[in-house]
Amino acid sequence: MRNVWTICRRELYSYFVSPIAWVLLTVFAFLGGYFTYAASAFFVKDSLQSQMMGQSMPMNLNDRIIVPVLSNVAVIALFLLPLLAMRLFAEEKRQGTIELLVTSPVHDLEIILGKWLSAVLMYGALLLLILADFSFLFVYGNPDWKPVALGFVGLFLQGASILALCTFISTLTKNQIVAAAIGFALALILFVLSWATAFDSSGVAQVLSYISIVSHFDSFSRGVLDSKDFIFYLSMIFFGLFLTARSLESMRWRA
Amino acid sequence: MAVPYIHMIQVEGLTKRYARHIAVDNISFSVDKGEIVGFLGPNGAGKTTTMRVLTCFMPPSDGTATVAGYDVFKKPMEVKKRIGYLPEAPPVYPEMSVGAYLAFVGRLKGMTGPDLKRRVDEVSERCAVADVRNRLISKLSKGYRQRVGLAQAIIHNPEVLILDEPTSGLDPKQINETRELIKNLAGEHTIILSTHILPEVEAICQKIVIINKGHIVATDSVENLTHRMRGSDAISLELETDGIAGQSDVQQRLESLSGVSKVLFKHATDHKLTFEVESLPGHSARADVARSVVNAGWNLFEMKSLSYSLEEVFLQLTGGMPDGGQQ
Repeated sequence: MRNVWTICRRELYSYFVSPIAWVLLTVFAFLGGYFTYAASAFFVKDSLQSQMMGQSMPMNLNDRIIVPVLSNVAVIALFLLPLLAMRLFAEEKRQGTIELLVTSPVHDLEIILGKWLSAVLMYGALLLLILADFSFLFVYGNPDWKPVALGFVGLFLQGASILALCTFISTLTKNQIVAAAIGFALALILFVLSWATAFDSSGVAQVLSYISIVSHFDSFSRGVLDSKDFIFYLSMIFFGLFLTARSLESMRWRA
Repeated sequence: MAVPYIHMIQVEGLTKRYARHIAVDNISFSVDKGEIVGFLGPNGAGKTTTMRVLTCFMPPSDGTATVAGYDVFKKPMEVKKRIGYLPEAPPVYPEMSVGAYLAFVGRLKGMTGPDLKRRVDEVSERCAVADVRNRLISKLSKGYRQRVGLAQAIIHNPEVLILDEPTSGLDPKQINETRELIKNLAGEHTIILSTHILPEVEAICQKIVIINKGHIVATDSVENLTHRMRGSDAISLELETDGIAGQSDVQQRLESLSGVSKVLFKHATDHKLTFEVESLPGHSARADVARSVVNAGWNLFEMKSLSYSLEEVFLQLTGGMPDGGQQ
């Protein structure tokens, strides 16, 4: 466990001395802020309108602001996360530092967990920015906090599973750009798979839709904790890290 | 905890196959504690592959290798703890400072707290990188990077050091410094270093393993190897005659000595004549030759032992010299 933290710490250090962490933080701060602002502006406009028309429609901060913003963030995260994971192994292979890691008295699993954990923590930092945006809603309104908390849990799990898959992709190449591109393509596929049931309700479509990573996020964002979705994300993480371990092992046999 | 062992490093029947070729084919050698062994061979001979197997970077296809009694395949953790490895390109993170990097490697090797801090200080002092401790590695010259690589390899005070071409790409001054450093490390550590630079082996190592196309072609000490190649004792002789005796007189006189098998005239400069005298196998005619020259009233200027340079040995063994040398 100590080794995991040693490796994780070094990765975090590298994130923050390279532009990648700062660029992503800026992008997230900007987009998250804009989404929250736009959704709030609509909310205010709609509530003014309904007041003037004399109708009192029930309006809910959770439904009108938090759920749409979280859904948007989920999609953006899907496409930005390959940028976090692309360098994890690709850069080590390019620099030759992978030889240092695998000839040190640490287990492969510790290396993998350390690296993945660093990316997950970085992602957690990005989510904190969104949480900061939402804090205003809590100051000026009183949204229900439980669906918000669950929404973040969902976002976090979705990100962690994408990062696990992208960690695996990063072991396949020495080139970060290639790793990012493949990760991006994979994220896109996982995203559009959720459309499969829109025009087809056969068994295959159902399965494809089930694999889609975003479809499992919906229930979280609505504040529903479904063990099925929870287990889906956990098994995705396990699957990604398992592939990474196998890939690292095969790299040594082939090296 | 420690298991009993005879040799610090023992390689037996080691083979490494790739999809299309065999990098290392059934090699065996051993290294004793405290020895510096040079791994010598042309590029692509299998040096790096052997080292990678020893450092548990890759498993062998066949055969076994043990370090301090532990099998690299069955007990990799125990082996890794005891090995310091400097790959051909120093495994450094350019975005880190030297101090942070060394501390990271120390932690990876299982060191903590004050112990770690003390070792980082020690190795940066020892490898002469203390003055750049706060600099980013990306800003360092090649020589400094190489020394950071060495510092990294010895940080946990390993029993065995494996250095893959530790002086490649350095300038002559840096090469010298690195060699001195390696020599200073000898004794406490058992060292295997690979190189294709011959003087390097002569300068640093006690024992050499010459490897070519995946096979070991020779294993011996530097002196033995050069000596063995020559077979019999040969000397180069420079003398000045009294002016009366000519080249053929000298040659006749030397050839008449018992124990001398061959006398070759090499060249003459001013009044000095140079000969190459070869003794019969098993004899050394040096004393007789010297006495004979002096008794004849000639001036003996120089007498030196002729041995193959390691370079010749190397070329001969690895098939670089078609006629097989002078033998």
